[in-house]
Amino acid sequence: MSTLVLAEHNNIEVKSSTLNTISAASKFGGDIEVLILGSNIENISKEIANYQYVTKVLFLDSEKFEHAIAENIEPVIVSLADKYSHILAPATTFGKNIMPRVAVKLDVAQISDIVDIESEDTFIRPIYAGNALATIKTKDLKKVITVRPTSFDVVAKEGGSGVIESVNFDITESKVEFIDREESKSDRPELSTARIVVSGGRGLQSAENFKLISDIADKLNAAIGASRAAVDAGYVSNDYQVGQTGKVVVPDLYIAVGISGAIQHLAGMKESKIIVAINKDEEAPIFNIADYGLNADLFEALPALSSELDKLNSIEK
Amino acid sequence: MKILVTVKRVIDYNVQVRVKGDGSGVEKENVKMSMNPPDENAVEEALRIKEAGKADEIIILSIGEEKCQETIRTALAMGADRGILVKASDEVEPLAISKIVSKIVESEQPGLILMGKQAIDDDSNQTAQMTSALLEWPQATFASKIEIDGNSAKVTREIDEGLERIKVNLPFIASCDLRLNEPRYASLPNIMKAKKKPIDIKSAEDLGVDVSPRIENIKISEPPTRQKGVMVSDVAELVQKLKYEAKVI
Ligand SMILES: Cc1cc2nc3c(=O)[nH]c(=O)nc-3n(C[C@H](O)[C@H](O)[C@H](O)COP(=O)(O)OP(=O)(O)OC[C@H]3O[C@@H](n4cnc5c(N)ncnc54)[C@H](O)[C@@H]3O)c2cc1C
Ligand SMILES: Nc1ncnc2c1ncn2[C@@H]1O[C@H](COP(=O)(O)O)[C@@H](O)[C@H]1O
Repeated sequence: MSTLVLAEHNNIEVKSSTLNTISAASKFGGDIEVLILGSNIENISKEIANYQYVTKVLFLDSEKFEHAIAENIEPVIVSLADKYSHILAPATTFGKNIMPRVAVKLDVAQISDIVDIESEDTFIRPIYAGNALATIKTKDLKKVITVRPTSFDVVAKEGGSGVIESVNFDITESKVEFIDREESKSDRPELSTARIVVSGGRGLQSAENFKLISDIADKLNAAIGASRAAVDAGYVSNDYQVGQTGKVVVPDLYIAVGISGAIQHLAGMKESKIIVAINKDEEAPIFNIADYGLNADLFEALPALSSELDKLNSIEK
Repeated sequence: MKILVTVKRVIDYNVQVRVKGDGSGVEKENVKMSMNPPDENAVEEALRIKEAGKADEIIILSIGEEKCQETIRTALAMGADRGILVKASDEVEPLAISKIVSKIVESEQPGLILMGKQAIDDDSNQTAQMTSALLEWPQATFASKIEIDGNSAKVTREIDEGLERIKVNLPFIASCDLRLNEPRYASLPNIMKAKKKPIDIKSAEDLGVDVSPRIENIKISEPPTRQKGVMVSDVAELVQKLKYEAKVI
C-alpha cells in the first residue's frame, strides 16, 4: 500500500495545506510519495523530500505547469495512478479543481473534504454545511480523496529522507489559457492557518469601516475574515470569506463582529478553540456558539477594544 | 446554441437539518425542498446569455426522484425552455451524475453546460469537474464572471488566493459561484407559462448508466455541539477573560 500526495505550492513556497495532507496520508501507514508539478521547482522539490514521512518526491518541471491548470495536471496523476492505493490532495480550490477529474478517469468515486480517517477505506466527512458528519466506506479499490487541511496537523519539515525522481510525461497542449491572477497581498498571517482571526460581517456597513477590523487584527497579529454578506457587499474580496462556500478556519481565537451566525458561516469557523461574538442584537444566533459574547454596538466596542489592547501591550512592555 | 443547466433538488438552505436518531441519514420527511442555490445562479446566467442573443435554447436537467420535476418547473418559470428529468434514486453520486450528463450531451449537443459549484447537501464539489473530464471539454470552475465572445469565453474564477481569469473555447463547462449574478424571481405569468413547457422523462437505465453507489453510508451522526459560553458586560471584561481565562491573547 502506498499513497500519492499532490503538492500545492506557488512555485516558490510549498503551501501548508501540503503538510496537512501528508499528515493525513501518514495515517495509512504505507509509503508516501509526493507529486509536484510546477515551473522552476527544484528547490521546493528538495525541501519536500526532507518532510517527515516522505519516501519519494516525483517532480515535473515545465513552464506548462506554472499555473495549476486542472486539465494539464490530471493526466499526469492518472498516468502514475497504478502504483498507489490512495491519491490525496488538499481540499482547497487547487485540489477541488483537479481531483474529481482524476477520480472519473479512474472510474472511482471521489471522497471530498475528509476530516478523519477510520481505516484505509472508511472516512469521516461533514455534509449539510457541517450539520451532520458522515462516516462512509468506499467500495473502490483506489481511493481518490481531498483532505480538509485544518483537520490534520502539519508534518515536520525535516526528518524525512525522500528520494527525488523526475516524471516522464508527454505534455499535451492546454485547452485552457491562463490570463491572470489577482491575489490579495497582505503582511498579515494567512487566513486558513492564522492563530487568531478577526472577522467582520454586514454589520460593518462599508469597506471604509472594515478599518476597525484591520486595526484590531494588527494589534493581535491576526488574519482578517469576513462573512459572505460582507464579501457580496464589496467590503473585502472573496478570499476573505469564511464558511460553507468559503474557507474553513480553526484558530485559537475567532472574533466575529457584526456577523449574525448563519449556519453557512458557522460551517467555516465553529471548530475554533475560542469564539468571541460582538453583536448589537442579543438574539443573534452567533451567541449560541460563542464562548464570550458581547452585546454591543460594534462602532463603540471596536475602538474601545483597540485601546484596551493598547493598554495591555504597554503593560507588557 | 443550446445551453444545458443542471439543477439539483436539495433541502432548502434555511432549514435546520436534523440527523435521524438511528444514524441512517437526515430528516427529509415534511422538509422544505428547493433548488440547490448556486444552480439558481446557473439558470440565471443561462437566461442572461440567451437574452444577449448568444444562445437560443435553455435545457434544464435534473436527476433524481419524480419530485425533481418541481425543481425543473422552477427553472422553467424563471424562463428556461424545456426540461429533462432522469429518474433515479435520490442519492446518485457525482460520478454517476457526470456520466448521465455526458449521455444527455451526446443527444442534445449543447454548446455550454452550466452547473452549481457545490450541492449544499453532500457538499461534494465534484460534478462539473468530472463531467469536464469525461467530455474532454475545458472546465471553468467556481465562476463569478462569464464573458462569452464569439467562440471563446473569459471566465473569472474564485480561488483561495483571490481571483483567477482564464480563457476557454466553446463548448465548455462552468460551475457557478453564488456571486456570479442575482437570480431573478419567477413572475406569476411566467409560472403559469412554465406549466405548459415540456419535461422529457427518462431513466438512468434507458441511458445505460449504472448508478449503483460506490460509497456506503456507515453512519450519519450529529456533530459535537458547543456549549454556550458567557456574556461579558464590556470590552474591558472581554479582554481580561481572553488574557487570563482563555489565555489566547
Ligand atoms: C448556498 C449558500 C452558501 C453560503 N455560504 C456562506 C459562507 O461560506 N460564508 C458566509 O458567511 N455565509 C454564507 N452564506 C450566507 C449566509 O446564509 C448568510 O446570509 C451570511 O452569513 C450573513 O452574513 P452576516 O452575518 O454578515 O449578515 P447578517 O445576517 O445581515 O448579519 C449582520 C449582523 O450584524 C449585526 N449588526 C448590525 N449592525 C451592528 C452594529 N452596529 N454593531 C454590532 N452588530 C451589528 C446584526 O445584529 C446582525 O446580526 C451562504 C448562503 C447560501 C445560501
Ligand atoms: N442529482 C442531480 N441532478 C442535477 N444536477 C446535479 C445533481 N447532482 C449534482 N448536480 C449538479 O452538480 C453541481 C455540483 O454538485 P456536487 O458535485 O454534488 O457538489 C450541482 O450544483 C448541480 O448543478
